[in-house]
Amino acid sequence: MNKIVKFSIDGVECLATRGQFVVDAAKENGIYIPTLCNYPGVKPKGGCRICTVKINGKLMTACTSPVSEGMQIENNANEINEIRKAIVELLFVEGNHFCPACEKSGNCELQALAYRFHVMAPRFPFSFPIRKVDASHPKIIKEQNRCVLCKRCIRAIKDYKGRSIFAYSKRGNRVEVGVDSKLGKELTDELAQKAMDICPVGSILVKEKGFYQPIGTRKYDKNPIGSDIENLVVSKP
Amino acid sequence: MGQKITIEPVTRVEGHGKVTIHLDNDGNVEQTRLHIVEFRGFERFVQGRPYWEAPVLVQRLCGICPVSHHLAAAKALDVIVGAGNGNGLTPTGEKMRRLMHYGQFFQSHTLHFFHLASPDLLFGIDADPAIRNIIGVAMEHKELAVQGVMMRKYGQEVIRATAGKKIHGTGAVPGGINKHLTEAEKEYLLNGHDPMNIDKMISWSEGALEFFHDYHKNHKEIIDGFVEFPSSYLSLVRKDGALDIYHGVLRAVDANGKKILHDVDYQDYNKYIDEEVRSWSYMKFPYLKQIGKNDGWYTVGPLARLNTIDFIDTSLAQKEFEKFRAYSNGKPSHRPMHMHWARLIEILHAAEKMKELLNDPDLLKGELVKKGTKKFEGVGLIEAPRGTLFHHYKIDENDQIVMANLIVSTTNNNQPMNNAVNQVATKFLTGQKEITEGMLNAVEVSIRAYDPCLSCATHAIGQMPLEISLYDHKDQLIDKRRS
Ligand code: FES
Repeated sequence: MNKIVKFSIDGVECLATRGQFVVDAAKENGIYIPTLCNYPGVKPKGGCRICTVKINGKLMTACTSPVSEGMQIENNANEINEIRKAIVELLFVEGNHFCPACEKSGNCELQALAYRFHVMAPRFPFSFPIRKVDASHPKIIKEQNRCVLCKRCIRAIKDYKGRSIFAYSKRGNRVEVGVDSKLGKELTDELAQKAMDICPVGSILVKEKGFYQPIGTRKYDKNPIGSDIENLVVSKP
Repeated sequence: MGQKITIEPVTRVEGHGKVTIHLDNDGNVEQTRLHIVEFRGFERFVQGRPYWEAPVLVQRLCGICPVSHHLAAAKALDVIVGAGNGNGLTPTGEKMRRLMHYGQFFQSHTLHFFHLASPDLLFGIDADPAIRNIIGVAMEHKELAVQGVMMRKYGQEVIRATAGKKIHGTGAVPGGINKHLTEAEKEYLLNGHDPMNIDKMISWSEGALEFFHDYHKNHKEIIDGFVEFPSSYLSLVRKDGALDIYHGVLRAVDANGKKILHDVDYQDYNKYIDEEVRSWSYMKFPYLKQIGKNDGWYTVGPLARLNTIDFIDTSLAQKEFEKFRAYSNGKPSHRPMHMHWARLIEILHAAEKMKELLNDPDLLKGELVKKGTKKFEGVGLIEAPRGTLFHHYKIDENDQIVMANLIVSTTNNNQPMNNAVNQVATKFLTGQKEITEGMLNAVEVSIRAYDPCLSCATHAIGQMPLEISLYDHKDQLIDKRRS
């Protein structure tokens, strides 16, 4: 039987099912903990560290830590938000992110996080890596300049046998995510669209479909990322 | 002793340029050049990008008339996605784009006339620069300044309703448009609170023409007599010869109005037009191939359009056009200050067109996008406020752009502007002992009439100030003025 546990976030008392990950438990209590590599329904990986919180005084990733009775979580604190902001900034300078002509602008989670954390001007030097646009697949373009290596596509886009259609290639700071050379033909139109939607940035683009969604109707055009959770009135378990 | 004058930066134009004037020992103008000193290279960095990004990416060339680049690129890509050669879109697709384009004509021309050009007219070419600017206009001719600001705003609102955003929107996609006009947007633009409605915009446009006619009557020497620059003219015209800034065939006429390019399909533009590179400017020099490098240059823009077309298909603007044509006895007008006149007629035409479109039900419903058999190359032409704009793309089988060629309006006007500078410098500076600010402004006025966008022309960033330098015959800098 599920056991309900009591814990607190920034001093606010919360309830959740034992074993739920802290991000999900917070969400059910109407509290937003920012995430990037995490995606609902996909096994968490704890890769990007945007969801960093302090659990009982220690910095941990909220997407991979299960809640337990009496946990004291610090979330919306200056110190923690500064860490998150720095991670977002580092992701920007580490790739080549030019929002103005990006199909994902307005729907992009990285851009939305930058707005949420008030990234106003570059603080770290740009590394301007030389990366390519891989347009060789007939259905999608993999824009390596924008990839943040969150691994969402690798974890979520599987063929009918459950094999990942996307895979890593290369090593070290040259590592790339691309369509697996052997499984590329398994990428159906539906999966291609799902991959584009699941990509938090504009790194996976379905071919010939850019800019169909008008400005003003995009996900983060009017409301900042996380506001849907914060405005959620949740029935507690 | 000979001298060289440099005007840098040229002011109240978009972008950055400089003029150099060489005087010989006797103070005669020996050589003049308008140098465009910015470089950006959009044609290069668009290579490798997915083709559908081009309309959104390339419009970043310019903050004044990005819509022109947005639409010219989209038109080129219409060809690539098999949606005809500029006239194969759905009614909704084409009309929404047209509305966007008229909105931008309205705002850009208004900006030029009220903010950039009117100070010269209102205060005189040799007035104190401290008042010869838009702030001076606002202080002394409040009503005019307010109209300028509000008309510009109206145009921007039309762009926002069609492209999602006032500057650098996304409305046009290859093969069509991404949105309808909503009822609320239609209502706001048609019948908005005074003065933000189309009827007021039409009446203010008529008012601006009245102001011009009045001014013209009392200042013939400025509007007619400043100088004359005989030239050939090139523009798009509708197949039946009407003014059409969105789509048509290419026509050129010589200085007497005789057709020298006979309404040709612009997909073959490079059969008729070539570009020459000269070492001292980042801006190329286009010319009509059949006539050759030396004499094949031509002028584009408002004056060129009104010199090439046969008529205007909106009644108020047509009446004004008739006056305009009659004034030059049915021949092309070569007077640079008549560009302002032509621009005002186009403002009125754009306002009338917007009214027509805003009442059109096709904007509110209907198919947005159309596609057909894919091609790997496409050319898109449009009349930007400053003149004919060419976008040409080739893509590969992976949908990546492999070639882009852009000939922007200001580039088309490169030779005419250089000629203008030469003529005005010769007229105002020859034999003068002292070079005054007023004389140098006369040079700038001649450039300004073309409403050049030098950032666009070299695809460069920043504002467009201009500098004039004066050099002696040994190329020693003697004097420099930065306005
Ligand atoms: S969201 Fe938790 S580490 Fe990325």
